[in-house]
Amino acid sequence: MNAPLIGARVARKEDYRFLTGSGQYTDDVALPHQTHAAFVRSPHAHAVLKSVKTDKARKAPGVLAVYTGADLAAAKVGGLPCGWLITDVKGQPMKEPPYPPLAQGKVRHVGERVAVVIAETAALAKDAAELVEVDYEVLSAVADPKKAQSAKPLHEVAPDNTCYVWALGDKAAVDAAFAKAAHVTKLDFVNNRLIPNAIEPRAANGTYSRADDSYTLYVSSQNPHVERLLMTAFVLGLPESKVRVVAPDVGGGFGSKIYLYPEDVVVTWASRQLGRPVKWTAERSESFVSDAHGRDHATIAELALDKDGKFLAMRVRTTANLGAYLSTFASCIPTILYATLLAGQYTTPAIYCEVTAVFTNTVPVDAYRGAGRPEATYVVERLVETAAREMKIDPAEIRRRNFIRSFPHQTPVALQYDTGNYDATLDAAMKLADVKGFAKRKEESLRRGKLRGLGYCCYIEACGIAPSNVAGALGARAGLFEAGEIRVHPTGTVTVFTGSHAHGQGHETTFAQVVADRLGLGMEQVEIVHGDTAKVLFGMGTYGSRSLAVGGTAIVKALDKIIAKGKKIAAHLLEASEGDIEYNRGEFKVAGTDKKKTFGEVAFAAYVPHNYPLDKLEPGLNENAFYDPTNFTFPAGSYVCEVEVDRETGATQVVAFTAVDDFGKIINPMIVEGQVHGGLTQGIGQALTEYCVYDSTGQLLSGTFADYSIPRANDVPQYQIDTRETPCTHNPLGVKGCGEAGAIGAPAAVMNAITDALGVKDMPMPATAQTVWRTMQKAV
Amino acid sequence: MVKVSMKVNGKPVSAEVEPRTLLVTFIRENLRLTGTHVGCDTAQCGACTVQMNGRAIKSCSIVAMQAEGADILTIEGVAKADGTLHPMQAAFKENHGLQCGFCTPGMVMNALDFAKRHPNPTEQEVRESLEGNLCRCTGYHNIVKSIVAGAKAMAGAKG
Repeated sequence: MNAPLIGARVARKEDYRFLTGSGQYTDDVALPHQTHAAFVRSPHAHAVLKSVKTDKARKAPGVLAVYTGADLAAAKVGGLPCGWLITDVKGQPMKEPPYPPLAQGKVRHVGERVAVVIAETAALAKDAAELVEVDYEVLSAVADPKKAQSAKPLHEVAPDNTCYVWALGDKAAVDAAFAKAAHVTKLDFVNNRLIPNAIEPRAANGTYSRADDSYTLYVSSQNPHVERLLMTAFVLGLPESKVRVVAPDVGGGFGSKIYLYPEDVVVTWASRQLGRPVKWTAERSESFVSDAHGRDHATIAELALDKDGKFLAMRVRTTANLGAYLSTFASCIPTILYATLLAGQYTTPAIYCEVTAVFTNTVPVDAYRGAGRPEATYVVERLVETAAREMKIDPAEIRRRNFIRSFPHQTPVALQYDTGNYDATLDAAMKLADVKGFAKRKEESLRRGKLRGLGYCCYIEACGIAPSNVAGALGARAGLFEAGEIRVHPTGTVTVFTGSHAHGQGHETTFAQVVADRLGLGMEQVEIVHGDTAKVLFGMGTYGSRSLAVGGTAIVKALDKIIAKGKKIAAHLLEASEGDIEYNRGEFKVAGTDKKKTFGEVAFAAYVPHNYPLDKLEPGLNENAFYDPTNFTFPAGSYVCEVEVDRETGATQVVAFTAVDDFGKIINPMIVEGQVHGGLTQGIGQALTEYCVYDSTGQLLSGTFADYSIPRANDVPQYQIDTRETPCTHNPLGVKGCGEAGAIGAPAAVMNAITDALGVKDMPMPATAQTVWRTMQKAV
Repeated sequence: MVKVSMKVNGKPVSAEVEPRTLLVTFIRENLRLTGTHVGCDTAQCGACTVQMNGRAIKSCSIVAMQAEGADILTIEGVAKADGTLHPMQAAFKENHGLQCGFCTPGMVMNALDFAKRHPNPTEQEVRESLEGNLCRCTGYHNIVKSIVAGAKAMAGAKG
């Protein structure tokens, strides 16, 4: 008998290998006879490729091959597909320009791949890449999404650089509500462009086996099965059965490793041409110009209120930058995952959102931690806080006047929230943050020459994206279920195969807790396997905080089947009727008696079926399950941020940050806290330090860690965090997901605090010392 | 090609390398000690931190030849021979000071050096010591806790 594991702070199973240097990341994989690839990348944001000369590079020491876009086209290697079709306001499909793995005819962003050089060592490949001569005819470029429609077209299919204009909500109802509003709050801002920067750079190592005409790709990916599906079916035209994708230890993803990238395709294809493995590992400088970026919205947002501060309607117009090509899920981020979240935690009866998505000469933009939901939360929570200040209503009070308190709640933007308790998280956060003591702290700060401000953010997010049929109706080109398999071994130990993928989230521990708890086994008896298409039956991978809610539920469904079959076996062994068998913490018992068989005894009987109902039951104890959710989950929470601004320099420090989240049931609070800490830090990074800057010619100015400032230890405080719990109503674990919350809620909380400190209506992110100082000078 | 020789994790090693070979490349590619990671190309992230003659250094910032004759300690040499974690490693595990694990070896190698000089550090001192080590997962909160606890455990173990 073991103590319950659900809710326990179990130390992580994966830590030992990471702490001893025994992790196996993609760049740690060394295949026999492997070769090394270096990509020749465009230094121009927009140019015609007049010629690509590879002769000198081919003759350089150690070089085995050089390929260009023309070689891939001749080999009929296809373009990269987009996984979500958005239909525009006129009922037309979005514009889908070709996305060749190596440029053909034109380059459209700095960093785009023009050729690949493959050599005996990485250093020789890089040396030879310098010898590829490319004749560029430079064209004018555009990086600013607001200027895209009048700029030189990137793609023939989109002469106005517009991918789609899309809308959600009842425009007439919104306009009518604005017409009778007592107060309207309006903001015009940019949600700054971010670069995810997982600390492990992307890497890929492809190999081909002539023996069985098959490929294996080791790749730093969040979803190996999706990578395989996209690469085989859409790009290389191979049967999935001939391609194995392994995503071993992955050093962080945050969305940036969801996608099928050109480099993955090229090394896989090239491995067959050369008959040797081809390995590529990004240098950080390459990551900056080739990993999908995030955010980059320009938005005009308005909130209509009655005289008591009750929200009547919201109107939002956003221009979203998609970059130069459509990355795998780019199209659904500023639409399906954005506009649907604009109700926030509030009863706002009418909402209308119009999104113009444009192509620019920048790296493709796709999901980054939160993906659409941080942008929506920023709109809602900056509007709400600003409206409160303008109407002289306490910002917490105006939120309470508008909270949703009856569930299920249908929003005017398509979602139905199943459960929540927004008062509970706000009450707890205000108490933990000691909001009552703020005035005193503000005075104390002022005595030290610092301006102190307090800001709230009450966010909601939609996680565990699905159901598949609803997503399909909205344009998804993939299913959104998850798969799991439980393999019970003859001695009673268990291997669990999951389609979810961990790259820091600790699934090997959390999922083992779920399984060990349900089966009444020890943690050491349960092994979690993920990240290999040859081992795991199928998977949609990890993104959108879906792993436990969707992947965990698939595991629970498979567990139920294991227990059901175990009862049949136990009934036979105990000579009882199946209906009388109960399973509890590792033992099958005949109800009301002391007759029992342990889990291990039943497992053994299944594999050594000497005394076994072979006429009625197959031997073995192995079950799998697919789970397609019936709704999204809706994690929500309340954040309170306090900042101090130096009046002389503008330097701004987050001096206190309180987060109270409702993630539903929690399996491992230690891991959940870690997810919140990390999310908050990325959110504070967006608000204070991180800014991807392109100049007007499309050159990336923030292309190193010296220029693009991800938070360092001294940029963030020790956090005060807590949770409240309203279990999700539609999955058996009652879980909602916790991975993105911090990144979703933190930016608005920080900016609400800074604008409070400075006494200004708005200011741009990131609030660097210089930006804050300039804002202070203007405000005087 | 040049010959380099040094001691790594207590064992003498030598190899013929190109003169431009970085110490981190030598450690990862020649010695196949892949616990030392490369997270950037501008000496910002600290994932490649090892100890050279007892001090934490970024192994991407020197060529292997500069470590000729040196005593190098990598993450693989930190736990006891029987696999028991060093108190600093144990503190990271206990305090959930790691998530994806990629920055972790560099964090631990830096922390070991720091803790020798700061047996009872404050949170603020630890944060300052992490100036050269980037983590994108943990938000540093639990890394700071880990290093405070690990430093105390190391000081305690010394008596």
